[in-house]
Amino acid sequence: MELASLLQYLISGLTNGAIYALIALGFVIIYHATTIINFAQGEMVMLGALCAISIYHHYPSLPVAFVGGVVLVTIVGILFERLALRPVRDPNPLTLIIITVGGAVFLKGVAMILWGKEAYSLPSFSGDTPFHLGGATLLPQNLWVMGLTALVLLALESFFRLTLTGKAMRACAYNPRAARLVGISQSRMVLLSFALAAALGAGAGILIAPLTLGVYDMGTMVGLKGFCAAILGGLGSSFGGVLGGLILGVAESLATGLISSGYRDAVAFFILLLVLFIRPQGLIRGGS
Amino acid sequence: MNPRQFLNPWVLFGAAVLLTAAALHNDYYLTLINFIGIHTLLVVGLNLLMGYAGQISLGHAAFFGLGAYTSGILTATYGVDPWLAMLAGMLVCGLTAFLIGVPALKLRGYYLAMATLGFGIILYIVFNEAESWTGGPSGLTGIPDLSLFGFKLDTPKRLFLLIWPVLGGIMALSANLVDSRTGRALRALHEGEAAAQSLGVNTSRLKLMIFVWSALYASLAGSLYAHTLNFIAAASFGFMFSIKLVTMVVLGGMASIWGSFLGAAVLTVLPEMLTMFHDYEVIIFGVILMVVMIFLPRGLVRGIMDLWEFRRYKKEGGIIG
Repeated sequence: MELASLLQYLISGLTNGAIYALIALGFVIIYHATTIINFAQGEMVMLGALCAISIYHHYPSLPVAFVGGVVLVTIVGILFERLALRPVRDPNPLTLIIITVGGAVFLKGVAMILWGKEAYSLPSFSGDTPFHLGGATLLPQNLWVMGLTALVLLALESFFRLTLTGKAMRACAYNPRAARLVGISQSRMVLLSFALAAALGAGAGILIAPLTLGVYDMGTMVGLKGFCAAILGGLGSSFGGVLGGLILGVAESLATGLISSGYRDAVAFFILLLVLFIRPQGLIRGGS
Repeated sequence: MNPRQFLNPWVLFGAAVLLTAAALHNDYYLTLINFIGIHTLLVVGLNLLMGYAGQISLGHAAFFGLGAYTSGILTATYGVDPWLAMLAGMLVCGLTAFLIGVPALKLRGYYLAMATLGFGIILYIVFNEAESWTGGPSGLTGIPDLSLFGFKLDTPKRLFLLIWPVLGGIMALSANLVDSRTGRALRALHEGEAAAQSLGVNTSRLKLMIFVWSALYASLAGSLYAHTLNFIAAASFGFMFSIKLVTMVVLGGMASIWGSFLGAAVLTVLPEMLTMFHDYEVIIFGVILMVVMIFLPRGLVRGIMDLWEFRRYKKEGGIIG
């Protein structure tokens, strides 16, 4: 393959990878706080994109749409935790998996009623004039996705390392009982983790919307791939999740170019199986 | 025969099947009941894996699809005898389950769930993309009817008379398995793998055996499904169907053969009833899934029994411990 097309695949791979990374982080944060795998995470991506698009249609300002979308979906995430997961009396993994899947089905159904089955577009954040880079084209939106993802990661890392609340969340993940003993409210941390994960998912959805359109059933696949990325990174580490996302994005994009686009979605799961069978602890050993 | 033997659930089951066949002439209901039978077959297998062996599979629809496509392609495209094709499907499924099971069953909890999910989605994509074989999203048509002793099984009632006796046999077989030495070893495995090993149970072989066994049930169900509908499309074998099967197991009650039947029946009939809500159907289904899991996590039968006990205690002013 010539260099230019390789570069092109790399660009689109890193862009998608950044999205997977954001979603994977949502999985990791919730898993840390609760050991729940939230299969509704992909629907937050879809809701983020569609909410932002609707806001933009009423009030055409991208920053407002972005913030509005994230806030709305964060509320959905909080409600989901409060209404569907908090009342669970028998928190075994199977029950929780089915509940979060039920939540995903529900949210997808609501989106289908609210937005119908057609796809909506959101304008790019700063125009569509491409840059040329060694024969490959780079859209400003690609830069927005990668740049904002990096920024979010930085902000998240400093939140976990520097603020009291962030440290409390980490304490809860390391040892819930000890955290309770020093006066950390675990239920508040769980709620916060769902809010954070929903916000991350929504952000991912809004970032990708100008490139892929927003449609009610976009969440399932992208959510599962985000989960693949999280597992790839060992499910316990944020850094691993991000790395997993980027690897997945690039591998998928290269496979599309080399093999066929029809099997594009299979690549992520194929890598997942390989990693699980050969190195089940993930590429990076998790914190737990 | 003393009267108690008449109350044996198997006798009742047989009587109910015969009665249904004699009394019911509505093709729509018979078809629905046939689908309940096919789903029960799948769920009994999955329940052996989940309820008895304690292993999760989020990709069981793949085995169902593998059976259906092997039967469909061999009969519709190559004109192979349907019964032979059915056996071929089970061979393919059993072999695939073996190959996937060896590495996958070393994993636990979420990792096993994820591996089976990944496997299921990969096969689903293959069903969709290998269009020259499977017909892709538009489906595979022209799958012939089964025939038995010169009778073409082309009406819902004739299919009913095949599916339900077969199901009865499989359920009896499974109940026997569960009550056998293997069944006790399985339950030991569910309670604690280390403990089971220390008692001399070869747990990895046992897990693999049950995994292959449940895949065989799924394959059989898939073949029956293909010949019932005479048409299959990839959409029937996706992630959501795998989840639906898991839900049937949990809804009916883990580690219960009869519960499997109940779970399959409820979740097969429910969507039919919900179609009157049109677009709201999916939303209602999602809500029911969540509500049942929140309030009756041990399944319908045990959940309702628990609630009843609770009320009785309350009435008697007893202490609930």
